[in-house]
Amino acid sequence: MYALIVGAGKVGWNLARELIDKGNEVTLVEEHRRRYETVEEELEHAIQYGDGTELWVLERAGIERADLVVAVTGDDEDNLLICQMATEKYGVDRVVARCNNPRNLQHFELLGIKPAVSATDLILRLIEHEVPKYGLVHLLDLKEERLEIIEMEVGIDSPADGVRVADLGLPDGALVISILRDGGGFVPVGESVVRGGDEVLVVLDIGLEEAVTQRFIGRTEAA
Amino acid sequence: MLADGHEVSVLDENPEAIALLNKGQERSWEDLGGSFTVGTALEIDALLQAGVEQADAFVASTDGDNTNLVIAQIAQRRFAVDRVVVRVLDPARAKWYAEQGLQTICPTQTAIELLEAAVRGRIRFEGVAG
Repeated sequence: MYALIVGAGKVGWNLARELIDKGNEVTLVEEHRRRYETVEEELEHAIQYGDGTELWVLERAGIERADLVVAVTGDDEDNLLICQMATEKYGVDRVVARCNNPRNLQHFELLGIKPAVSATDLILRLIEHEVPKYGLVHLLDLKEERLEIIEMEVGIDSPADGVRVADLGLPDGALVISILRDGGGFVPVGESVVRGGDEVLVVLDIGLEEAVTQRFIGRTEAA
Repeated sequence: MLADGHEVSVLDENPEAIALLNKGQERSWEDLGGSFTVGTALEIDALLQAGVEQADAFVASTDGDNTNLVIAQIAQRRFAVDRVVVRVLDPARAKWYAEQGLQTICPTQTAIELLEAAVRGRIRFEGVAG
């Protein structure tokens, strides 16, 4: 695979190393001279100097034959445009954009750039995962399939405590796919009984979140 | 534009920028009916506050080509502004985005054309041109 990475910061440099180690051909583009020189000592010809939002720089780096373009500069506008030009001008199949400010994610979405990866967002999700203070953690959003997977802790006083999965009264379009208990987990059947203290993973149609959390948490404000 | 009777709203990240609008005017920009909002253009709240939803025309002319190209597309696609004009210094990017349907104004290209015309003697300037 030929990967073009724009931005040789910590993310770009390490990503280039990993991809090269795995046997891929990589070109890194960096616009700051000093940074370029530092990285060039290690990566040599695999890094080029220039502004990766300029067409001639991208073309010199071989964007036309790239299988993957990764835009990981510190500037969201740059990352957006690099991915937009890669896809729409040069027909690159796969792009990945870094979104530095999670408030800009909506702009990536508007211009059809995906995936856009926001480190702040990922860290926030991890924190929520570790500290389930909101009662519910979004594990995965499948926007195109219109599905999401959420994780909830079943409270000791939950209306679901001691209830069989089949009797939970979940709306159509929601399914308990896993119950985590005592450090283990299993895929439940209709007969399986939910207990207070369990963590349940539920796959559901977008929009059912409120109805589903009510069954487990009982209080809507806890969600 | 304001003097022509249009409603004009200016958005700038620098609160001092209003001084440029007031400079050399007898009455201040806001007294003359202009609006001024402080904020960066990628902030949707700032765009809304500056009135992007009511705008008939939108000009993206910050000092950054990439910022201009992104906000122009936001104005066009998200807020459906009819007439969007965007300043792009780099002729190559200006050309490609123009082909994608944006109205790009490239001062570099304009300067090249004027300079060339002057060099070839097709036009002759007295004093400052452009």
